[in-house]
Amino acid sequence: MNIIVCIKQVPATTNVQIDPNTGTLIRSGVESIINPFDEYALEEAVKLKEKFGGKVTVLSMGPPQAETALRECIARGADEAILLTDTRFAGADTLATSYTLAKGIEKLSYFDLIICGKQAIDGDTAQVGPGLAEKLGIPHVCYVRKIVEIRDEGDQSLISVERMMEDGYDLLAMFLPALITVVKEINTPRLPSLRGMIAAKKAKITIWDAETIAAEKDKIGLTGSPTVVNKIFTPPARKGGEKISGLPKEIAQQAVSKLKELKII
Amino acid sequence: MDYFLSEEQKMIVELSKKIAQEKIKPVRQHYDETEEFPWPIVEEMAKSDLFRIYIPQEYGGLGGGILNLCLAVEELSKVDGGIALCLAATALGCFPILLFGTEKQKGKYLPDIAAGKRLTAFALTEPQAGSDATAIKTTATKDGDDYLLNGTKCFITNAGEAEIYMVITSTSPGRGIRGLSAFIVEKDTPGFTFGKKEKKLGIRASPTRELIFQNCRIPKDNILGKEGQGFIVALKTLYVSRPGVASQAVGIAAGALEEAINYARQREQFGQAIIHFQAIQHSLADLATEIEAARALVYATARMIDADPEKKITKESAMAKLFASEVAMKVTTQAVQIFGGYGYMREYPVEKMMRDAKITQIYEGTNQIQRNEIALALIKESASK
Repeated sequence: MNIIVCIKQVPATTNVQIDPNTGTLIRSGVESIINPFDEYALEEAVKLKEKFGGKVTVLSMGPPQAETALRECIARGADEAILLTDTRFAGADTLATSYTLAKGIEKLSYFDLIICGKQAIDGDTAQVGPGLAEKLGIPHVCYVRKIVEIRDEGDQSLISVERMMEDGYDLLAMFLPALITVVKEINTPRLPSLRGMIAAKKAKITIWDAETIAAEKDKIGLTGSPTVVNKIFTPPARKGGEKISGLPKEIAQQAVSKLKELKII
Repeated sequence: MDYFLSEEQKMIVELSKKIAQEKIKPVRQHYDETEEFPWPIVEEMAKSDLFRIYIPQEYGGLGGGILNLCLAVEELSKVDGGIALCLAATALGCFPILLFGTEKQKGKYLPDIAAGKRLTAFALTEPQAGSDATAIKTTATKDGDDYLLNGTKCFITNAGEAEIYMVITSTSPGRGIRGLSAFIVEKDTPGFTFGKKEKKLGIRASPTRELIFQNCRIPKDNILGKEGQGFIVALKTLYVSRPGVASQAVGIAAGALEEAINYARQREQFGQAIIHFQAIQHSLADLATEIEAARALVYATARMIDADPEKKITKESAMAKLFASEVAMKVTTQAVQIFGGYGYMREYPVEKMMRDAKITQIYEGTNQIQRNEIALALIKESASK
């Protein structure tokens, strides 16, 4: 089974500053880590490889220093790593990022499954995974909390997964090749292994620029990004509702009549 | 102090620290209280290749030596000296195979030990034979192509959980230590059962049990070295394993010191953090200095063994174990003192560290035996001048 894991290198803290002029994150001077949700994606891929055999390729778009995050993925069980890096990729929104990753994946010969984290902890959009699936024209399921099974169905392979919902889960199936994004409930990521760390030190990280992946200039980076950041703010906390006080009997009566008023009961 | 570690050794330290902090720290109190065997942690260590670090590459190891093992044991012991013992005691049980095993024995057992699939245990002590190995009563009697083992071993670390046991027995009871022989015994061999599990002062995550042999039939190929070599197997094993105990002691001490410093910085009395008191400062300074001295001695000894495994290292390995374990006891006791009343409470980690430290002065040869070894070496050195 050939699995591609898309990862992002993000600032180690959720407390990063935002540039007031561009509305984007100020990344300099902050320690970088693998986006935590992507660690679950990588772990799931490595587990599938251990079960079915095959190869895990990690793909990332980012600045040259994202190589460190890719090396760490190799220490944690990935076989190969590709970094899409080019100054022209900079400033990409989720649309341009999905396009760029899709071009990178098209250059890879063959894959069965793409796994992404549900979202990155810096941008929190959760759009790149599904966007990438659309660009590649493959089915996808987001918020996967469990891979139930992968089995052959005729000459195709079918993957069935549990998608986490607020009130339970959906059981869904789709044919491979496909894409899933995963939530933290799916597994417990392993620590790196020593052999992995040694391999990571020696590993050659493949580096591709815009020409290599034949990306169209107006679809990448800032040029390819229609998103305009209007304002960045933390949504105000929800105000508490109306408080009913009194004796338990009175409270119950008032509550019931209010609910009736609102036509809820 | 910079000990000029190699890239790989720095990785071992980094990874062991990660395991200790992320996987062991949140559960150390649980295992201390329940005395369960920490299998989830052992699996984590195995996946991270920690069981491979001291085993040669041709058997699935990473080819490092005693220093690599010491680095890992020290880092793990900073958080939990008992859980660190899963690794250290397996190394102790593995050394007889590394030192005396035939190609066949090495090929059969080492890859599984390196992968962390099977743990090992070393069984020398008996109810009547502790420091005095001549009193060993467990016998191995030749019976056709096999040996029949009979007797009881006690205080065996990893017992019950380990799958491969190095058992020192007497094949010629009349001949004392020259009549001892070492055998590899696998768990589930008929006639081999486990006795009671001990309840201990410290290192409670590490199981200590009796081994009971009743006409336990062992093929003759399972002998380590030759008949009559059992005492040499035991001694040489202990010479190379003692730096491991010493690094466990250094780790426990360093962990306790760190806790004490952190506590002293935030604990306020008489209107200021207690770390501002010179009494506390001088105490911390002494402890830190002694820990560093112990560490330097342990690393130097480990490097000496790694450089030339044939070299006689009785004295140095005894010194490392003696000094580091004395330091561990002193530092942990003082750490409890710095914590005051809180230090005596189980809610804080230092009382456990003090309980864990005590064993390092006792097992793999009490510190009195270490002094005997050192003194004997001094006398021999002087006499040979």
